[in-house]
Amino acid sequence: METIISVKSVTKKYKDVTAVDNISFDVYRGEIFGFLGPNGAGKSTTIKMLTTLQHPTEGALFLAGNNVSTAQDAARKTFGIVFQDPSLDDELTANENMQLHAALYNLDKKLAKERTAELLKLVELWDRKDSRVKTFSGGMKRRLEIARGLLHHPKILFLDEPTLGLDAQTRNLLWNYIQKLNEQEEMTIFFTTHYLGEAEAIADRIAIIDHGKLVAMGNIEELKKQTEADSLETAYLALTGKGVRDESLGTGDARKDIYRRIIANRR
Amino acid sequence: MKTVYILWLRQMIRFKRSGLRMVMSIVQPLVYFLTLGYGFNALFQQAGKGSYIQFIVPGVVAQTILFTSIFWGINIMWDKQFGFLKETLVAPVSRIKVMLGGSLGGATIAVIQGLMLFVIALLFGFHPYSWAMLGMTFLAMILLAIAMVSFSSGVGAVVNDMQGFMAMTNFLVIPLFFLSSALFPLDNVPVLMKVIASCNPLTYAVDAMRGSLVNQSHFGLPTDFAVMGATAVLLIWFSVYRFNRIEA
Repeated sequence: METIISVKSVTKKYKDVTAVDNISFDVYRGEIFGFLGPNGAGKSTTIKMLTTLQHPTEGALFLAGNNVSTAQDAARKTFGIVFQDPSLDDELTANENMQLHAALYNLDKKLAKERTAELLKLVELWDRKDSRVKTFSGGMKRRLEIARGLLHHPKILFLDEPTLGLDAQTRNLLWNYIQKLNEQEEMTIFFTTHYLGEAEAIADRIAIIDHGKLVAMGNIEELKKQTEADSLETAYLALTGKGVRDESLGTGDARKDIYRRIIANRR
Repeated sequence: MKTVYILWLRQMIRFKRSGLRMVMSIVQPLVYFLTLGYGFNALFQQAGKGSYIQFIVPGVVAQTILFTSIFWGINIMWDKQFGFLKETLVAPVSRIKVMLGGSLGGATIAVIQGLMLFVIALLFGFHPYSWAMLGMTFLAMILLAIAMVSFSSGVGAVVNDMQGFMAMTNFLVIPLFFLSSALFPLDNVPVLMKVIASCNPLTYAVDAMRGSLVNQSHFGLPTDFAVMGATAVLLIWFSVYRFNRIEA
């Protein structure tokens, strides 16, 4: 199997806090890879390092063979990302956001137009293409971000909690579409989520990170067997414990409290 | 170039859609122009210095540009806070282009606002001594805008506290404006004031505009442009350096 994402002995330290502690793993081409862990475990930091937003303190990360620290532009061309927080320009229209992205990725104008139409129809935003993003609901924004992240046909799609705050219909539409992309285009999907049911349903393989360290990795059957659990959720709780975490790092917005409550409710 | 252009275009679209904000920032310099201009005109003439209205126009045009451009960093902070900056940071484009696109956008907006004030001044009877020199005025406006926008973006790129940024900028902008030659000639001010004003890049921008608009220059155009050019280059470098340090 062809390795497309490779993380080699990566450590990330902020002053005296170690957010990611010597982790290594590979993701293969065409996989749907779930990256799970409690709040503050190091998920977002890892995604930020993979997507060139932060530099590792030690170790190296590779996307399709490109070192993200030394071959940044080549690495950046390989992936699309849907961030945990919105990253659209609210004052621009949906279509303008797409065109801007196309220009940043140096896509041909005609091609960009065709793909924009195709993608916006797919995420059911075509009739709103000339509305400003600030008039969109949370779900619409998320759909637009996904369409935008796919515009340059990346080999890898990073999804950082893509379904957070979305209704069941939208979540369903989104995962179906992501699965379709994965099958038809052999696009590798790397996602994080706190909805363990989603991870169980969609992921080929899962890695669980806690306190900056990888605590388990494998397909769902392997994880269940390892912990003698009957579902991914019980396996997850067995591996990461039941204590509620404090967010020691990250952006610290109010959303984090919501995650905490979601997890608390699941017990 | 495509990257710089598209990010510049983004700022233009946002500016066009900003509605009233587009003209709000020229209100304050306009008030200065009208009240001080007409208020001190007679006094200034009695002192044998000619028309104060003629004298103050370059000062308030520079003020307009200064105020818009020095607060530009807020836009960078906003982009950082509300995420759009990340979209540009993960794209396969260099940070320098990201910085230049946004900064040129900000500088263009500042210059447009400066020109608006200039046109209003023309309606109130301001007359340049030579229309041929207007190109020089325009160049001085562009240099001032680029220098200040770069400074502000550079600060905004690494600072995360919006209120702190506003406080610092407010703290900076008033002395910068008053301790320049924007409102009064430097010929007869106390030595200390003259020294401070001579260290202030705004002084040279105003001086270049005044030299080219009404033929009154303290330092002479070559000095003005040399200082402005050097300041702009230094501040662009500062901004590029700071943009390269952004971690999101």
